[in-house]
Amino acid sequence: MAPPPFRRLLVANRGEIALRVIRTSRRLGIEVASVHSEADAKARWVAEADASYLLGPPPAARSYLAVDAVLDAARRFGAQAVHPGYGFLSERASFARACEEANLVFVGPPPEALERSGSKTAAREAAREAGVAGVPGSIGTLRDLETARAEARRLGYPVLLKADAGGGGIGLEEVAEESALERAWNAATSRGKAYFGDGAVYLEKRLERARHVEVQLLADARGAVTALGERECSLQRRRQKVVEETPSVAVDAPLRSRLFAAARALARAIGYRNAGTVEFLLAPDGAFHFLEVNARLQVEHPVTEETTGLDLVEWQLRLAAGERLPFDETVPARGHSIEFRVYAEDPETFLPAPGPLTAVDLPRGEGVRCDFGFGAGDSMAPFYDPMIGKLIVSGPTREAALDRARRALADARIEGTKTNLPLLRRIASSEAFAAGDFAVDSLERSFAGSVRTP
Amino acid sequence: MIRSTMAGTVVEVRVAPGDRVKEGQEVVILDSMKMQLPVPSPVAGAVKAVRVSAGDFVNEGDPLVELE
Repeated sequence: MAPPPFRRLLVANRGEIALRVIRTSRRLGIEVASVHSEADAKARWVAEADASYLLGPPPAARSYLAVDAVLDAARRFGAQAVHPGYGFLSERASFARACEEANLVFVGPPPEALERSGSKTAAREAAREAGVAGVPGSIGTLRDLETARAEARRLGYPVLLKADAGGGGIGLEEVAEESALERAWNAATSRGKAYFGDGAVYLEKRLERARHVEVQLLADARGAVTALGERECSLQRRRQKVVEETPSVAVDAPLRSRLFAAARALARAIGYRNAGTVEFLLAPDGAFHFLEVNARLQVEHPVTEETTGLDLVEWQLRLAAGERLPFDETVPARGHSIEFRVYAEDPETFLPAPGPLTAVDLPRGEGVRCDFGFGAGDSMAPFYDPMIGKLIVSGPTREAALDRARRALADARIEGTKTNLPLLRRIASSEAFAAGDFAVDSLERSFAGSVRTP
Repeated sequence: MIRSTMAGTVVEVRVAPGDRVKEGQEVVILDSMKMQLPVPSPVAGAVKAVRVSAGDFVNEGDPLVELE
C-alpha cells in the first residue's frame, strides 16, 4: 500500500462525519485527533480518536466555528492537516486561509475556489461562462426590493428568493405572488446577514416538478477532474435532503454524459481541487440547470462509495497531499445504493426532537452500512443538527437495494426521542418511491402525510 | 406565562414590557437543532416582564414572557 498521505490529522467536526474520517485515517495508518464542545465531552468521536481537544461551550459559534480554538487544537496535536467534514468551517475561505498561514493543509479546495463557489451568484456567473445554464433567475445580487419586484415579474411567479451566501435552506424564501415579496425580502436578507454575515440576495424561478441531481467530482492539483457518478437527492424537507441514491432513475446514459461534462467544465472553470459536488435541477423535459457547487465532502457521499468501491475520505486526503488522480474522466460504477438520513425529529411535522437516546439498535446484513454518530446513552443536543446517522443500503439493482432497505428500516430501533424512522419506512414501502416517481417537493407534499407510528 | 415549547437557544425577543400582544403573535424566536421556531402567545394581553434575552439557553417549559 502507498505510504499514508499524512502522519497526523485533526478532524474539525462532530457526529458521524468525525467518526467517518477517524475510520479512514486508522485504515491508512494516520494518527487522528478530534475536537469537541462542552456538550460533546462524552461523545463517541472523542473516545475513538487518538486525542481530543475541548474547543469551548456548546454553541457552535464558540466551539466548532471558533477558528482560533480549532487551530490551537491542531497545533497542540502536531497535526499536518485538518479535515473540516461538512457544515461548520468546511466551506469558509477564511478558515482555509488561516490553515495555510498556520502551515496546515486544509483538506478541501483552495480558498479562491471556496470564494467562487461560496457566492451563489458568482458560481452562477462562472457556470454561465463555462457554458452551463443556471436556473433562470436574476443576474448577480439584487440592489433593493424594487429591483426584486421587477425581476420577479420578468421571471414570473412562483420564485425563490435566496441569500447569496446561504446554504442548507437557510435564507431561502419561496414567493408565490407579488404581495408576499416584501416579507420574503426582509426574511431572506436578515437571515443571510444573521447566519452568513451577508444580506445579499438573488432570485431564481421555481421550476415545477424538478428533480435534484448532483455529480460527485474529484479534482487534482494538475486540474484533472473525474466524475464519480450522479446522485438523486429529490426527497427533501425544509430544503434539506432525507433520501439519496445512485444512480438516478431519471438519468439515462446520454444525459449522464452531458451532466458529467457540464460538472467537469464548471470545476475546471473555477479552479476546483479535491472532492466536490455540482448540483443541478433536472426539469421534467430533460433540461438541466446548474444550482450550486458544494465545495466539500457531502453527507450523501457513501452511496457513491458503495457503487464505485472508492473511499472518498481517502481520496480527499491523498489529493490534499498532492497525489494525482489515476482515473479517467469517469470511473466504472456497479449496482445501486440508497441512503436514508435518520433525524431526531417528528416524522410528521419535521419539528426537531432533542433529547436522550435510550436504545439504538442498528440493522446488519449484506449490503447494509450504518454511519452513525450517536448510540444508546448519547443525547441529541439542541445546539446542533438533528441527524443521528445514515442507513445506506446497496444491491445489484435498485429493486434489490430497496428490498434490503425495507428490511433494514424495519429492523432499526431507536428509542428515547422521536425519530423520522416511521417516515423513512413509509417512503421505502411506497409505490411512488419504488416507481421513481418523485420531485423536490414530493416529500413535504405527499410522503409526509399520515405517517403512522409503528 | 408564555413558556418554551422546546429546548433551544433564544435567537430573538420580539416584545418588551408594556407591549400589548395579540393571540398567536410571535413573541420569541427559538433555535433548536438549527431550526428557527417562533413561540406564539396563546392569549391576548399585556407584557409584564420578559424573562429571557437573545443568546440564552432554555429548556422545554422554561418561562419566556410573563403577561399581566
